[in-house]
Order: sequence, then structure tokens, then C-alpha cells
Amino acid sequence: MLFFCVASVVTPAAAQAPRGTGDLGVIVERAKGRVQIVDTTARASLATIDGLGDLSHASIVFSRDGRYAYVFGRDGALTKVDLLAQRIERRVVQAGNSIGGAISQDGRVVAAQNYTPGGVNLFDSATLELLAEVRAAPGPDGTPSKVVGLADAPGGRFVASLFDTGEIWVIDATNPRAPRVEKFANVGRQPYDGLVTPDGRWYIAGLFGEDGLALLDLWHPERGVKRILDRYGKGEEKLPVYKMPHLRGWAIAAGYAFLPAVGRNEVLVVDTRDWKEVGRVAVAGQPVFAIARPDARQVWVNFAFPDNGKVQVIDAETRTVVKTLEPGRAVLHLEFTPRGEAVWISARDDNKVVVYDTATLAPVATLAADNPSGIFFTARAARLGF
Amino acid sequence: MVSAVRLALAAALAAAGWAGGMADSDAEEGAAAVPVSAAAPNAARARELIALLKHDCGSCHGMRLTGGLGPALTAEALRAKPADSLAATIVSGRPGTAMPPWRRFLSEAEAQWLVARMVSGDVDAH
Repeated sequence: MLFFCVASVVTPAAAQAPRGTGDLGVIVERAKGRVQIVDTTARASLATIDGLGDLSHASIVFSRDGRYAYVFGRDGALTKVDLLAQRIERRVVQAGNSIGGAISQDGRVVAAQNYTPGGVNLFDSATLELLAEVRAAPGPDGTPSKVVGLADAPGGRFVASLFDTGEIWVIDATNPRAPRVEKFANVGRQPYDGLVTPDGRWYIAGLFGEDGLALLDLWHPERGVKRILDRYGKGEEKLPVYKMPHLRGWAIAAGYAFLPAVGRNEVLVVDTRDWKEVGRVAVAGQPVFAIARPDARQVWVNFAFPDNGKVQVIDAETRTVVKTLEPGRAVLHLEFTPRGEAVWISARDDNKVVVYDTATLAPVATLAADNPSGIFFTARAARLGF
Repeated sequence: MVSAVRLALAAALAAAGWAGGMADSDAEEGAAAVPVSAAAPNAARARELIALLKHDCGSCHGMRLTGGLGPALTAEALRAKPADSLAATIVSGRPGTAMPPWRRFLSEAEAQWLVARMVSGDVDAH
């Protein structure tokens, strides 16, 4: 039905030959409130979609068929963009201030995580009908806590952290009109983001308010949340933090988790078998994203202001920096192509996205983009935690 | 990198006619009640400051200053707050919160100028 509706609309895209979406992606142009649809094979921009609102900190998840991008805007808007028809399919304003979202294991439910009002809203991924609102617990000021670190998990679940109350919530959305919430309190002060490991077993929340991370075994939630990397700062005063690190995107590589330290110019390395620290990698600034190349041989890291002109490549085996790159001013994000032969890097202040060959570590293409921030490729549609 | 930033900052300050503490105290007296032009940096530096505000302060406060992990910095949200303490927060940070000190990147006078822009609601680059 939907197919016929779309096909009947006369658009430039309708004239295209049938194609897949596996090599498509989206670049956020944050200041203009628009996105570019890009082709990672041709290394070209295919279309610009306007009218998406406030895209500061915008993030995107994909429908499981890789056709639709769900764009979460700061202004609380959730927009469903059709990558093939190259147009907005649906759009709802679902909160006052939003920070991102996730899509369920079966692809039927899109979840938005919100700051105002704090909570998680569940939507039908086809229609964007609101199915349920999960309101966060009230923080110290009496308003619902800001929700961070939302990720999908196996079993039709979502996991999120509550910044103001220091909780992790596991939301069972198998019946999305009546979600059930399992709450873990006192996980640590000010969780700022979270991730689900690629196998879907572990949820890790980073803490801003204290040194350490909170770990939940989703195979055994009854065992509760435990602390890892406790007191990694060893009581030293942390550096001023000009941008919060991000955990989604993760770097689980060669049996290790590579995690950004908060307020330190270090990537922390943890053995994923026992979650003990095995080392640290000194890097050029405070890490924002540490992301594994899909084959997990390398971990690429970008940095917070004012060291955000650099990207460093860590060899996962030796856990050393093998290359420092300067792709442009204000590097905000990086995204690997599905099998990792290339990585796309956004340089906001130079209005460009630079594509690097990950074998030679040399730039191979540049695309123009207005204040580019997040880069999202459709391969995320098939990955847990994305 | 750091020294380059400092040099650029020093050059921008010199161009704007600010000479350390003297200019700072002038700007402090001006606060938000005085027209923005009273302590306006030159056009190039003004653009840098506005970009810093939108994109780097915006990391936590939102590009449109409507709030995020940090509170909203819209004119409405700031109106009841004393301009001096807002500028001091920018320069020195707020211990116990996620707000870091920004004195490495802008002067007190520049912070005052940014506060005046925020309170006026006019934060578009000109």
C-alpha cells in the first residue's frame, strides 16, 4: 500500500532506476536544519532535505529495511525521511527538548529520549503514532530527569540512563502501548551517555559526576549494576570538559572496550571478559567518540574543543596511536562505511566532510556540507545498539 | 595550538581596543543595561564569539540556546539573572556542575558582551 502511494507521487526520485539503500547515508547540516542524503559508493551527495528544525545534537536511526531515516531534533521533532523518494515522509513534534533515539529490535518501535519533559516516548515506526510515554523520575528540582544513553537491546527492550537521578532504566517495549520499566537506582552520579555492546549483552553508562562507569549485564539484570573503572582519575582534578564524550558508536575491538575518559586526555581500555582495566592510551585531547573500524583492528578518536581539529588512529592490537590526522576545524563525528574501507569525517568549521581510506590513512575525497555534524550510514539499521 | 589560540585572542583584543584589566572593568560597569555597542569587539572577533556561543557553548546549551544538558540561555531564561554573575560563570565556570571555565578562550569583557547579546535575544552573527 505504502509502496503504491510513494510510487504514484511524481518526484525526481520516481524516475530513478530501482536501487538499494545499503550504501546510502545521511549527513546532518546542523545550522541549516537540513540533511544531505549521500551515496558512499559514488562518494557523492544525492539530495538535500530541508525543514528539519533545530538539528543541534541531532541523531538518526534507520528503519530495518534501510529506507527511512528517523531524525531526532533538539527541538523535540521526530522526522521520518524517505531516502529513496528523497523527501520527508512524516514529522511530529513530540517533546520540548530532545537528545536522540533508538529503534527496537523488530523495527516496529521508535523511541525518543527527551530532556524536556524528561522521559522516553515510544512511536509506531510506520506512522509515528505515539504509543506510550515513559516519564522519567523527578530530579532534585522536581522536574522529570533528563534521559541520556538510550539504546535498543535484545528482547524488544530499550535501556536508558537518567542524568539527574543516577538511574538506569530497562524498558520492555514488547507491548509498546504498555511498556514495563525495570529500574536500577544509585548507579552513579550524572550518567551522561550509554552504549549497548555489539552482542547486545552489556549496557555501559558513563558517569560525569564521578570517576567510573556503570555496567549492567542484560543477560542477568537480576545481578544488578556494577561499577567498572572505579576511580580511574585517581583523585586527580579533571581538566575542564568543554564537550561531553559520547558512548554510542562504541569501540569494542580485539576483546577490549576503548572508552573515553572524562576530563582526561586518555582512552581507557578494559578487557570485556572481566571488565578490568588493562591500560590507557594517551591521546591528543579529551576523547568525544572512540569508534572501532568494523573489522575492529583500529579505533578512531576525535576530541573535544579546543583540540577538535585532530583525529587519532589507535591500533587495537598494540593499543598505541599510529597516526594523527588533521581533517579540518571542529571535527564533530566520524562514520565508517559498512565494511570499513573508508571513514567519513565531518569538519564543522570548514564546512566539509573528508573521506579517508582506512588502509592508507590518506584523504580520498571531500564533500561540501554546511556546518556538518553527525554522519549516519544505513548499515546502522542492522546493528544492535544503533 | 594553544599558543596560536592565545595569539589570535591577543590580536583580536588589541584590534578591539581592549587592554587588559582597564577595559574589563569598563565592561563590567556596562553590564547588560548598556547598549551592546558599548563594548563591541571588532566584526571578525564578534563572529568568532557568536560561533563559539552557538556551537561550543551550544554543545550543552543547544545551538539555539534552548537548553540541553545545561540550562537554556535564551533571553527569557536569563532576564532575571544579574549580568555580572552570568559573565563570571562564563569566565570561571560553576564548580560542582558541568560548566567549565572559559577564560582560556575569551576575556571578561568578551563574556560581558556575549551576556548582553544573550539577554537582548540577538545572537545572530552580523
